[in-house]
Amino acid sequence: MKKLAVALVLSLLSPLSLPSMALANDNVVEAELNIYSARKEVLIKPLLDKFSEQYNVKINLVTGKADALLARAKSEGQFSPVDIIITTDVGRLARAKSQSLTQPMTAMLPEFVTLKDQDNHWVALTTRNRPILINPLTVDSNAITSYEDLIKPIFKGRVCIRSSSNIYNQSLVAAMIIQKGEEQALAWSKGLVENFARRPKGGDRDQIKALVSGVCDVAVANTYYLAAMRNADEASQAIANQVKVIWPNQSDRGVHLNISGIAIAKHAKNIHAANLLIETMLQKEAQYWYANTNYEYPVDPSIEWSGTLKAMGTFKHESIDLNQVGELNAQALRIMDKAGWR
Amino acid sequence: MAVIINKWRELDRWFVVGAGLSVILALPVLAILFSYSHLSAELWRHLYDTTLSEYLTNSVLLTLGVGLGSMFLGVALAWCVTQYTFWGRGFFEWALLLPLAMPAYIIAYTYTGMFDQFGWFDSRTLLGAIVLMSLVLYPYVYILAKTAFSSQQHTYQDAAASLGVTHARYFFKVALPIARPAVFTGMALAMMEALADYGTVAYFGISTFTTGIFRTWFGMGEMQLASQLAGALAVFVLLVLGLEKYSRRNMRFYQTQIPHQDMRVNTYTNTQSKPFLSPLLMSVFCLVVLAVAFIIPVFQLCIWAWEFAEVSVIDEYLSLVSNSFLLAFSTSVLIVALALLLSYAQRFSTHSQVSGLTQFAALGYAIPGTVLAIGVLQPLGWLDEQINVLWAFVFDEYIGLVFSGTFVALMFAYCVRFLSVALHNTQNGLERIKPNVDDAVLTLGLGRLRIFSRIHLPLLKKSILAAGILVFVDVLKELPATLILRPFNFNTLAVKAFEYATDERLLAAALPSVTIVLVGIIPVILLTRAMK
Repeated sequence: MKKLAVALVLSLLSPLSLPSMALANDNVVEAELNIYSARKEVLIKPLLDKFSEQYNVKINLVTGKADALLARAKSEGQFSPVDIIITTDVGRLARAKSQSLTQPMTAMLPEFVTLKDQDNHWVALTTRNRPILINPLTVDSNAITSYEDLIKPIFKGRVCIRSSSNIYNQSLVAAMIIQKGEEQALAWSKGLVENFARRPKGGDRDQIKALVSGVCDVAVANTYYLAAMRNADEASQAIANQVKVIWPNQSDRGVHLNISGIAIAKHAKNIHAANLLIETMLQKEAQYWYANTNYEYPVDPSIEWSGTLKAMGTFKHESIDLNQVGELNAQALRIMDKAGWR
Repeated sequence: MAVIINKWRELDRWFVVGAGLSVILALPVLAILFSYSHLSAELWRHLYDTTLSEYLTNSVLLTLGVGLGSMFLGVALAWCVTQYTFWGRGFFEWALLLPLAMPAYIIAYTYTGMFDQFGWFDSRTLLGAIVLMSLVLYPYVYILAKTAFSSQQHTYQDAAASLGVTHARYFFKVALPIARPAVFTGMALAMMEALADYGTVAYFGISTFTTGIFRTWFGMGEMQLASQLAGALAVFVLLVLGLEKYSRRNMRFYQTQIPHQDMRVNTYTNTQSKPFLSPLLMSVFCLVVLAVAFIIPVFQLCIWAWEFAEVSVIDEYLSLVSNSFLLAFSTSVLIVALALLLSYAQRFSTHSQVSGLTQFAALGYAIPGTVLAIGVLQPLGWLDEQINVLWAFVFDEYIGLVFSGTFVALMFAYCVRFLSVALHNTQNGLERIKPNVDDAVLTLGLGRLRIFSRIHLPLLKKSILAAGILVFVDVLKELPATLILRPFNFNTLAVKAFEYATDERLLAAALPSVTIVLVGIIPVILLTRAMK
């Protein structure tokens, strides 16, 4: 019975997992490319399909949580089929590098690329920003101009932010440790907890909804979610349009910045195709797609933003070593633990 | 040589089968427990100083709450449908199993979305999590309690009634104690599922042991510590299960005759005395539970799915449905077969240790899927490496990964995770068959295979079907292990629903979610047909 069941499943489903027949092509040496992606399938598949068609490379994709995929790559060791690792934050890229799961890329990177590892182990594809959002009916936009303002007594019981288990909050605090020191980061976290309108719950969109429903007056959330809501169903649009974006710390360090990025796996077998994919992802077409379909900020400055992004305004962002942000992730979490930010 | 043959004859083969399978299935849990080889006092100190007590409190409250909630619902509903005649009883009898097909995180997302829409109240609290999880987990208790109640002998009822015991008193003094192993088993399953839940509590912002595990792993990059926490969770569950077993060590629960087929012949409800609950109330009770746990959320999901659905993706959905269905079906056949083998090893083996070993092998259910998946990857990764070394030695080339990243790894993980569900059902069914039945058949010179096919199988049919259905639905809903272990380019409905949900796109998540529920209904209906 057992054998039968295994045989049944394998015979029915295994063709999916077998490597495709080799397709010789002038443009590229390898016929396939294996990808572990922390980015959701719908948010990357269109680009991969295009690449696949253009270069005749069969793309094999597994999506999942970044750390789980890294753990898989690690336990698979030198025989791991993975060629490319895609993540949605810098912390995991730094972690992949420090666990020796990546190798330097040889792709020709365009000149505008500044957000990358100094040893070329990873490169940013898009940026994501985490500004302050307010309900303009209850908060004067001049009353809050920095992350530090969030802990002012006037905002006591008025701030919404999601759990500290969320990676974007962790990198926000990690970046603060770099720029303001550990003590101040702890003091800020404690102050923030004191100003919480409610126990952190839900995702970024839930914080935006809470702003409008009156649970709180100030929130912190990624623009990515706000922009997506402004382009979603009518009910979401109505909520998202009532919220105003405040770009914090414009007179000093700038708004907190994170990236989505890409790296080549240590034991990659299809290195040419992998480098080619990275080059393609940084080309105008892909960058345009990110900015206009996915509401992320392209790393290529020459790409025109979508109307939604333009409407949120221009800003200055942090300029710190992103690897360091990744490395300080654990410390940031400990600080938030100590501050009682759950 | 003769000595060896003699030894082989003397060897308790059931012990070898039971112990062998148990050890293989226990490997991932052992790999997780192995993390204790590197203990960091400093990290544990940090946890102890900051969040550990909160994790413990919330996890204990959640688990107990869900245990009690699902016990109350499961037992009350099972009692009603097995004992009384009321409007819609035939329908409720099977329909009350339907919430099983609803993943906890999906009902959580759905109700939160609904309440947000209407602005009634915030369901994202500990109490909210307990209520919502109880609503979808009570079928574990219900299905087992229903079998237990309907197979109880009418002689008990007759005896009790003749002594003037009221029906209510009969329930508490006779029916419930006899059904105890079944009820506890159902509760244990519901509680373990609640304990290992991540989706719901993470969304509700409740810090539990499970969210803590992921916090330490993903946030701090401390996989060792996360494994240690998961290991502690498993040991705790082992302890509780062991305690329950110990507390009924001197009790046996046998069924000595085939139950009446016609359940309407009920000493209590056929007498002139009034039932202690009005039939109308029972209909309303069943309807309310069914509506809240199933009809309303499914209706809401359908509306969202309808608003959002795109015809262009229908092909993709068909492949998702067939992937999910085939995987769940073949896995449930495999797991039920394993569970039967282990249950028999326990019954026939002369070694009492087999029971403990199988118990240990079934611990996977209490471990969060993601952690378990890593536990699966480690031994398989090692095995792959050895195979490659050997292969390279013989053929001078590498064969690549044989287990990791294939369906073998995925199905192995499911076996470890859901064995407990099937095992509880098969053990429960087998426990009710007196061992002297086996002895009688053996003295007649028939083999054990005959015992199984002629005597046990008819008696076990319901338990086996229940085990199969529960595992099927569980695999269908399973997310975290599938997410990590699945082969390239292979998606299931649960994976799809999750991808949309974590991207906070609830409307887009509605279609795959409602499809999971609909696919899950099919076997539930088949089960109830077969059980008639």
